[in-house]
Amino acid sequence: MFKGKFIDNLPKIYGTYTGGFIVFIILMAIAEQAGMSAKLIGIFFVAFTVLIYALIGYLSRTMQTDAYYVAGRQVPTVFNGMATAADWMSGASFVAMAGGIYFKGYGYMALLVGWTGGYVLVASLLAPYLRKFGCYTVPDFIGTRYGGNMARLSAVIVLTVASFTYVTAQINATGTIASVALDIPFEIAVYVGLASILMCSMLGGMRAVTWTQVAQYIVLIIAYLLPVFWISNKMGAGVFPHLMLADEVARIAELEAQFGLGEVKNSAADLKQVPKGLSGITKAHAEVNTTPWKFISLAVCMMAGTASLPHVMMRYFTTPSVKAARRSVGWSLFFIFLLYSSAPMLATLSKLSLMDPNLATGIIGKSISEVQAIDWYQNWNQANLMFVSDFNGNGTLELNEFFMGGKAVVLATPEIAGLPYVISGLVAAGGMAAAMSTADGLVLAISNALSHDIYYKMINPKAETAKRLIVARVLLVLIGFAGATIAALEIQGILGSVIWAFDFAMSGLFFPLVLGVWWKRANAQGAVAGMLGGLIAGSAYLIAVRSGYPGFWGVTQLTFGIVGSLVSLVLMVVVSLMTKAPDAATQRMVDEVRIPSGKAILGKQH
Amino acid sequence: MSKQQQHWEKTRMLLFVTLAIWFVFSIGIFFFGAEMEASSIRPLGYPLSYYMTCQGSLGIFVILIFWFANRQEKIDEEFGYTEREDD
Repeated sequence: MFKGKFIDNLPKIYGTYTGGFIVFIILMAIAEQAGMSAKLIGIFFVAFTVLIYALIGYLSRTMQTDAYYVAGRQVPTVFNGMATAADWMSGASFVAMAGGIYFKGYGYMALLVGWTGGYVLVASLLAPYLRKFGCYTVPDFIGTRYGGNMARLSAVIVLTVASFTYVTAQINATGTIASVALDIPFEIAVYVGLASILMCSMLGGMRAVTWTQVAQYIVLIIAYLLPVFWISNKMGAGVFPHLMLADEVARIAELEAQFGLGEVKNSAADLKQVPKGLSGITKAHAEVNTTPWKFISLAVCMMAGTASLPHVMMRYFTTPSVKAARRSVGWSLFFIFLLYSSAPMLATLSKLSLMDPNLATGIIGKSISEVQAIDWYQNWNQANLMFVSDFNGNGTLELNEFFMGGKAVVLATPEIAGLPYVISGLVAAGGMAAAMSTADGLVLAISNALSHDIYYKMINPKAETAKRLIVARVLLVLIGFAGATIAALEIQGILGSVIWAFDFAMSGLFFPLVLGVWWKRANAQGAVAGMLGGLIAGSAYLIAVRSGYPGFWGVTQLTFGIVGSLVSLVLMVVVSLMTKAPDAATQRMVDEVRIPSGKAILGKQH
Repeated sequence: MSKQQQHWEKTRMLLFVTLAIWFVFSIGIFFFGAEMEASSIRPLGYPLSYYMTCQGSLGIFVILIFWFANRQEKIDEEFGYTEREDD
């Protein structure tokens, strides 16, 4: 019922969907005016959107391998761009990014540059060639290009390590949002989040994930942009915040000087009172506050990691052609740009509304008791995301006496700026969409690699289609549960594990992927050495740094991919040159990959 | 040189140009963060360092990818390597 007709009607279908969602927001706004409680609005927003995704997931069910693995390779350019943007922008981008910018300023914005610049590498080095290859998964490319089960297995190992690190953070984020919005304990909410993730992906694999991700992108981008524009206009900061906040940025610098930012240091004893995870403003908003190398090394890791993360790469396997894959990368980045360029604006608006005594919302400089009496302060204080304390005993709230959690910048700013609660409900739905869409892509990337590359290609090559797809689904559920179980333990913060995932992927996969296309001489032995050596070197460095080793070249636990990928590059080149060149058939295969026309290397059904 | 070698030669050249532009805006300019901050060039009134990290570099990447895609399509066309509908 979905073929052909469905693809032709996409703009109409998603246009109607967007219209319907806006009507839903308006209805909720009316309900709020009529006295519906905030809690109920939150529940409606999250439950309604998740049900829609589940419905799309159900309608996209399939029993064909190419639909399950690559959505039948018929996803149009622009829609694939939206799906990739949702796949890409995780709970961390949505909930934590503006907060990171708010607290850390320029140094943090290396992530913005890294997470967008990586797409230039994807478009120019990899995506079109891997699309031409016709593979189902990233290890499928490695395994066929280099030949041999060892290369395939190594790629699966790197993929699993990187994606699994990432997915626990995403399931954790769905759990956090579900627990706040639906008002249930976190340990249960994690499994509610997992159930919603599986509903979107289990029946239809990549096809279902594609069409839910498009729907999720629409929700998350509305949820992010609407508050930014609304707050900016309400504050009189500018009709179009991205172009008009220069005065506000300058005003923050002025206030920072006035309130003596960085002059008063809190004592260790005072800081002990502050709940875990909250921080005060200690870095200037727009000043260059980090060394060039710190900034650049972080950006480089995020860029190379972007080009190596399988759940992103596999999105470009779903386009109808090589040309479409290339263009689709541009659209992906455009849709990502819409959100990323708004995050610093949200951070600016949020900071100014809290700091500026000329604004009704400003709290710095007010008396402590006055601040403690504010409704929203009490709410977010209860949620453990805000804290004030009169360290110097003068009765007034100083800049160094106000503490906030990173998530609060996105979640609480609408409320602080005095927007109706319906916007907060919308933001919760957006955060849920962002975390779910990424988790879906990741869980699918892992289970597809295990089912296609390990089970079908290595263990049981004679398996029938039905059996393969059942194995794929069983693995999907198992991996989801494993991820949720670890997420429930809450080992690492959301952002930390996201950055690690990039470093792992970069350590093991960046050079084996790139050289597979761009260096004909690269062979299986070199690739295996590069993948495993890089992964081991990177992990060893991470463990060493975490157990107290000072490190070298200023490489920290956030940038260990630099060490891993260099080891990977050297090993790969040296081992390749020391062993036999790839045979003529492999060389011809690489030649074939380099031109868009002609047949794919791997058949439509394989 | 065979047709395919020429095609690859041109493709590689395009890659180098693309990566050079990419390098400038993702890595190169950030060696000069402090200089950018002090610069009198202030796009839309923002300090240059702040602007480049918020919008400047990001926007350039978007344009760069579309430019690259167009150029590559032209190269493929020139050598007759454009995909046909039934491929």
